[in-house]
Amino acid sequence: MPSKTRVGGLALGLALLLAITLVSQSPSLTLLSREGRRPIALSLVGDREFVGLDDLATAFQLTVREESGALTVSYKGRTIVLTGEQALASIGGRLVSLPARPVRSGSRWLVPVEFISLALASIYDVPLDLHRESRLLVLGDLRVPRVSIRHEPLGNAARLTIDATPRAASVVSQDGTRLTIRFEADALDVTPPPIQSQGFVLAVRVVDPSTLAVDLGPRFGGFRATSEGIDTTTRLVIDFMGTPTDAIPGAPASASPPSPPALPDLRPPASPITTIVLDPGHGGSEKGATGPGGTLEKDFTLAMARRLKATIEGRLGIRVILTRDDDQLMSLDDRAAVANNNKAGLFLSLHANAAPRPDVAGASIYVAAFSEQDLAGARLVPERVPLFGGGLRDIELVPWNFAQMRFIRQSAEAARLLEGSLRERVPLVTPAVASAPFRVLESANMPALLIEVGYLSNPSQEKQLANSDFQTVFSQAVVDAVTSFRDQLAAGDGAER
Amino acid sequence: MTGPRWVPAAGLALAGALLGWVLFFGLPTWYGERPRPPGTPASPVPAAQGRRIKARLFYVAASGSKLTSVEQDVPYGEGTIEQAKAILMAQIAPPSPPLASAIPPGTALRALFVTQDGEAFVDFNAAFMTAHPGGSLNELLTVYTVVQALTTNLPLVSAVQLLVDGKEVDTLAGHVDLRRPLANDPGWVE
Repeated sequence: MPSKTRVGGLALGLALLLAITLVSQSPSLTLLSREGRRPIALSLVGDREFVGLDDLATAFQLTVREESGALTVSYKGRTIVLTGEQALASIGGRLVSLPARPVRSGSRWLVPVEFISLALASIYDVPLDLHRESRLLVLGDLRVPRVSIRHEPLGNAARLTIDATPRAASVVSQDGTRLTIRFEADALDVTPPPIQSQGFVLAVRVVDPSTLAVDLGPRFGGFRATSEGIDTTTRLVIDFMGTPTDAIPGAPASASPPSPPALPDLRPPASPITTIVLDPGHGGSEKGATGPGGTLEKDFTLAMARRLKATIEGRLGIRVILTRDDDQLMSLDDRAAVANNNKAGLFLSLHANAAPRPDVAGASIYVAAFSEQDLAGARLVPERVPLFGGGLRDIELVPWNFAQMRFIRQSAEAARLLEGSLRERVPLVTPAVASAPFRVLESANMPALLIEVGYLSNPSQEKQLANSDFQTVFSQAVVDAVTSFRDQLAAGDGAER
Repeated sequence: MTGPRWVPAAGLALAGALLGWVLFFGLPTWYGERPRPPGTPASPVPAAQGRRIKARLFYVAASGSKLTSVEQDVPYGEGTIEQAKAILMAQIAPPSPPLASAIPPGTALRALFVTQDGEAFVDFNAAFMTAHPGGSLNELLTVYTVVQALTTNLPLVSAVQLLVDGKEVDTLAGHVDLRRPLANDPGWVE
């Protein structure tokens, strides 16, 4: 007599039945979806992992029916037929090999875990992606990069190389005795390896779905993180350096220790840019532009600036200061003053644009513009002032609102590099670089750009600007441009600071 | 020795003529029209009845990212200031489709004067700022609509400074520096 089993609540009783068979429990499979995470129990039959059809039925709204020794798994009119006799599944008449045949365990049927990717994924209407190593089952279009970790002891230093495929940006920050590496992803397909510690890195752990933690050892004195894209992989390299008095623990305090082998110098080179000031445009009662969907420019610029700050600090180790870190009204002079007073090496004012016609879209980069009259008016004769202890000295007085004049060439170069970095990644207007008499740039006493990330007045771009992936891609492009600009300055190409 | 008796009378007549020139021609040229209380529109242009000239007015280009110029008839104005007012009144008037203006709705001209250096000071009502939709491109197009309209059509005007409600303003919407006059910039026109 056919028995139709709509499996939903067998749970506890069936688990007891399992216990008396040859089947034993093993770590669970984690089902990851937009709604969250939930475990699906795995069972070991021999050395192979199986999953209960009843659990799959509950998780994916399947109907499982047993008739004449055949199992029929149905979903929205599509079926898979299995038997306990063969390691085969028939999917709409097409036969698929399974690594093992289904196994009965009490009143339950267990199928090899590969059934999910080999058979169930074929009839389900949402992508199912099984990550065997990390026991993740991803439902839907989520970002779950595969992450591999390699640890290299280097004597007086150590290096972690972390590859994420497909590409995923990450932010590295130190929190006491551990580093956290937060990936722009919904989860990670990762199995942290054991670490042969030499005192810099003790362990690498997964602390939440998208975050790794690196436990730091007693020899840790500092770190430097760099990131680059290699094909479809983002490679994050973290170099760990010792303290100035670092010595290998347990080493004998002999009078004449052998000379250590030559090691690579992992200290970061002196950077011509030690501070960057990011200026989230507008704020408080000055809302800036408003998108048709209600997005306020002042909110977007603050979110973008926070993300960019984290990316720059994580990748380049450069101090980043925001002109505002909350929703406050701030004058344009005060914004430039934050950059000038902190001796920033670069000032980036972040904005979202609006145009009279809704189809205008794309990012643009502005440098300050000065008229011939401005340039003539700013040519001041140096002023001679007395010094303490006697003597005179010529000092150059620069009018506050013309401070940017000395940096126009460097600003234009930074804009060119940023355009090149953005071009392949985000839409740009034509031309992407322009000059305009923008007040916030004129008083900046360092290379300065105003970046319009996109057009809020364009309905589709308004949604794009709010997208986390877009913001990440844009931030990465800015960081790459900052890196190139910094390197050019370090090479002495027009460095002012 | 005494001069002819007509000399004092001629002197008085000359002084009177000079005073009249200063009052009715010199001062208006030097200082233009005094700002009015808020909300009071500029006076109608005193022009020869029905006489018109051709002027290039500026509207949003089809691309949406620059301005385009359109030749239109505007009332003739006697002198640079009156002509500048006539041009601006036509420029800020809502255009007929498909033309689109970058001037915020409700904008009204309060006052205008031109210095001897050719710098025009244009005073708009508060709507010029409060009704502005924001965005640096919108702001650039608004500002250069006015700058281009005056500097393109009036050879004696070399730069334009914008005022709002009779006062200097830093910017219109947080971007463009309005603390000093802006010169003609053909880069914003297709």
